[in-house]
Amino acid sequence: MNALFEYLLRLGDDSLILGHRLSEWCGHGPILEEDIAMTNLSLDLIGQATSFLKYAGEVEGKSRNEDDLAFLRFEREYKNLLLVERPNQNFGATMMRQFLFDAYRKLFFERLVHSTDSQLSAIAAKSLKETKYHLKHSSEWVIRLGDGTEESHEKMQSALDDLWKYSAELFYQDDVDEDLIENGIIPAVDAIKGEWDVLVRNVLEQATLIIPSNNWEQVGGRKGIHSEHLGYILAELQYMQRAYPGMKW
Amino acid sequence: MVTENEIWDYMEEVYDPEVPVLTIVDLGIVRSITYQGECCKITITPTYSGCPAMKRIEEDVIQKLDEKGIGNVEVDLVLSPAWTTDWLSDSGRKKLKKYGIAPPENEVDKSVLFSEPTIVPCPKCDSKDTKLVSQFGSTACKAHYQCNHCLEPFDYFKCLK
Ligand SMILES: [Zn+2]
Repeated sequence: MNALFEYLLRLGDDSLILGHRLSEWCGHGPILEEDIAMTNLSLDLIGQATSFLKYAGEVEGKSRNEDDLAFLRFEREYKNLLLVERPNQNFGATMMRQFLFDAYRKLFFERLVHSTDSQLSAIAAKSLKETKYHLKHSSEWVIRLGDGTEESHEKMQSALDDLWKYSAELFYQDDVDEDLIENGIIPAVDAIKGEWDVLVRNVLEQATLIIPSNNWEQVGGRKGIHSEHLGYILAELQYMQRAYPGMKW
Repeated sequence: MVTENEIWDYMEEVYDPEVPVLTIVDLGIVRSITYQGECCKITITPTYSGCPAMKRIEEDVIQKLDEKGIGNVEVDLVLSPAWTTDWLSDSGRKKLKKYGIAPPENEVDKSVLFSEPTIVPCPKCDSKDTKLVSQFGSTACKAHYQCNHCLEPFDYFKCLK
């Protein structure tokens, strides 16, 4: 197994699947500005996915490009977090999912910029600038809605109750990470976890939301074990390439 | 025999498809041009990761050079160093304002939460009494503002550093 290839799939698939989820809001946003904001986020994420998957294809050396990797893999070969495949539900739940992810991604990219791998460092530097805008946007909505009306508060609390168990996977680590960390290619997760806790708890507190006391951690995505939702996402994402193999436009 | 300087001039005739008053040189996305042995290599960098205009810009560059009789062209996309609005030319900033898009102010929104947004003067009436409507505008590089003085809604080419 090529650890760097495997790790690049994890990064690329997180961006790709979350980008796809956000694109589902196109034309359905609660207000025009947010419709546009979510498609902007989606575009940034799909752009990041393109960079990571393109590089993954080069590292693998089997002449697969970013499109082959995005469109022509089977479900078990996707290595994204379970968090990013969770359904959009309502706007508040989408912002909660985004917030938990953005907080991690910002701290992660800040360190990945110092990677000994120059291509990863370049992608990180580019993506970090975008992610800062994303985090600002999602944190503000979590606070505004959490500390908003009774109904918005209730929806945000229920979103947090639902999504919290998937947040542990952000810090999942296995033998894929170990070598890469040792060689300074990717940052160690522990330090990020500490900062993430502080950042997330601070925002949730301002949002008057309570972190669930149930400590159950749901993981699986990093190993390709997904929830039932990924199949539906891929059915839509891959439809054109499955129906008309190799088509271009 | 074409010189590299002439090719730079030709690039001033290639426009950004999303903000068509700006050339790709104004935008600062052309990073290098070399012309050796009848082969032209041009390096460009995206403004944002997902900028959908990149493919189109690449095609436009090739087409423009083809018109000028240069057929052997290679366009490379590089990510590093990452694009910043500092690379936007002065003439580009002036063209933006004239077009109704406020050019980037030289400060990035640094704080994470509920900070006061950057003060952006209205491109129509120059009033500084404007408000941020959304960080995300009609394209990845723009935010959406409105002028409280003349009520004009306008795009702000947001600062990226
Ligand atoms: Zn005005």
